[in-house]
Amino acid sequence: MNVAPGSGNQGGGRVAVGRRVFLGMVGLGAAGVVLGAPVQEAVVRAVGSRLAADLPGGDQFVIYSVTGEFPRIEPESYKLDVSGMVERPLRLSLADLLAMPSVQLVEEFQCVTGWRVPGVRWEGVRLATILDAAGVRSGAGALSFGSYDGLDTESLTLEQARLPDVIVAYRMLGAPITTEHGGPVRLYVAPMFGYKSLKWLSSIEVVRVARPGYWEQNGYPVNAWRDGSTSAAVPPAYRSG
Amino acid sequence: MADGRGVLRFDGVQRAAHWLTAILFGILIATAFPLYFASVESLVGRHVLVLRIHVAAGIALPFPVVVSLLGPWGARMRADLGRFNRWSEPELRWLRSLGTRRMPRADKFNPGQKLFAVFVGGSIAVMFGTGVVMAWFDLFPVSWRVGATVVHEVLAWLVSLAILGHIAMVATHPGSMRSMLNGRVSETWARRHCPSWLEDQLGAPGEEEFLKGRAGARRVSWRAAERSHGKPDSSTTNSRSGRSGIPNRSSP
Repeated sequence: MNVAPGSGNQGGGRVAVGRRVFLGMVGLGAAGVVLGAPVQEAVVRAVGSRLAADLPGGDQFVIYSVTGEFPRIEPESYKLDVSGMVERPLRLSLADLLAMPSVQLVEEFQCVTGWRVPGVRWEGVRLATILDAAGVRSGAGALSFGSYDGLDTESLTLEQARLPDVIVAYRMLGAPITTEHGGPVRLYVAPMFGYKSLKWLSSIEVVRVARPGYWEQNGYPVNAWRDGSTSAAVPPAYRSG
Repeated sequence: MADGRGVLRFDGVQRAAHWLTAILFGILIATAFPLYFASVESLVGRHVLVLRIHVAAGIALPFPVVVSLLGPWGARMRADLGRFNRWSEPELRWLRSLGTRRMPRADKFNPGQKLFAVFVGGSIAVMFGTGVVMAWFDLFPVSWRVGATVVHEVLAWLVSLAILGHIAMVATHPGSMRSMLNGRVSETWARRHCPSWLEDQLGAPGEEEFLKGRAGARRVSWRAAERSHGKPDSSTTNSRSGRSGIPNRSSP
């Protein structure tokens, strides 16, 4: 090997490569933060969503379980309780839900912390349809949702709950909802960040005012609108937190 | 060395910084598994707790390196930082060949080790910054959160692979491992892996005091550090490259 003079000298020559590599990484990282969203979209378009899901930084669901394990519920024994300020308390089975008028949505799933999955297909029953079936009494203003994991809770105002893209979902990604995604039945609140779409939905209670749910109590914003709006649809109870 | 204890490669500050950083990286990677992989999350759960541990370890991550560099105790740390920074022409040629060329003879660190150190340093900075965007997401626009998540995930893979490679190298170079445990390498090891550094260490007046850690050694260590990475001196360089015909081997 032909060793140039000075090659083995005091730890290197004059070129500050280390600093350049370090600053280059910081610069690339900053550019990635600002431009990562459109770049990710381009990659997903180029290689297709199915392949992109297997790439790091690609679109894939990040699974959140707030308790020690996923609650496993057999579809045959699933029950959804609708109670509180209603004319007719309901106890709906999965078959009952399947018999109700269904809607399909194709929407991006966006987590408040940054990850997202574009073009997710959802199928279920509008929450408004279930509320009409139970008959909401006057004076009611909000809904409290419970989960079969026994810990997660969420709430929506009645106004939010009646939006056409807020559904009680039983199909997702073209198949019955899997346990890890919150199956057999979960909430899907399309216009809001992912934590609003409570998994393993067990109960809907019609109440007077909205209470912050599990994630709001753990630091997530009470205002969950994906467009960041604090529109008229966000009532004072939510603004004050 | 006259006392037969070998040559000091890493002082206590450097070893503490290394192992604290290693422990924090271990916690971060361990907690990243359930946060990232659904199958692990299904076994572990407790998302909020795992996330809090991950964020706390992430905030702590830069401190061992930064604190050890900045204090009056950091002379050797700073000297080695200078070694990571400055690259000779042959080292640059090795880098441009993407590692396919034979590695040039090492001083204290070979270019592979330098690149690893700089890459881990850059990774700490970028993972810290993107982690802040993800953890305090309400301070940043949603598109930044998406970008930060993408960068954080991609770099998490890369830096984990780099650390795996680092561990694999150590596993095959026990002398290197010992030097990060007790700070010292044998003269035989140093002669094989970094001959010119060894000559510097042996030839430096005052180095004996430095190695024995006597009072007042700090001032001496500063000088020794400057000497060992300072401006190239053509006369010593020539004599050195003439003398040491030992084949270079890489080590972590």
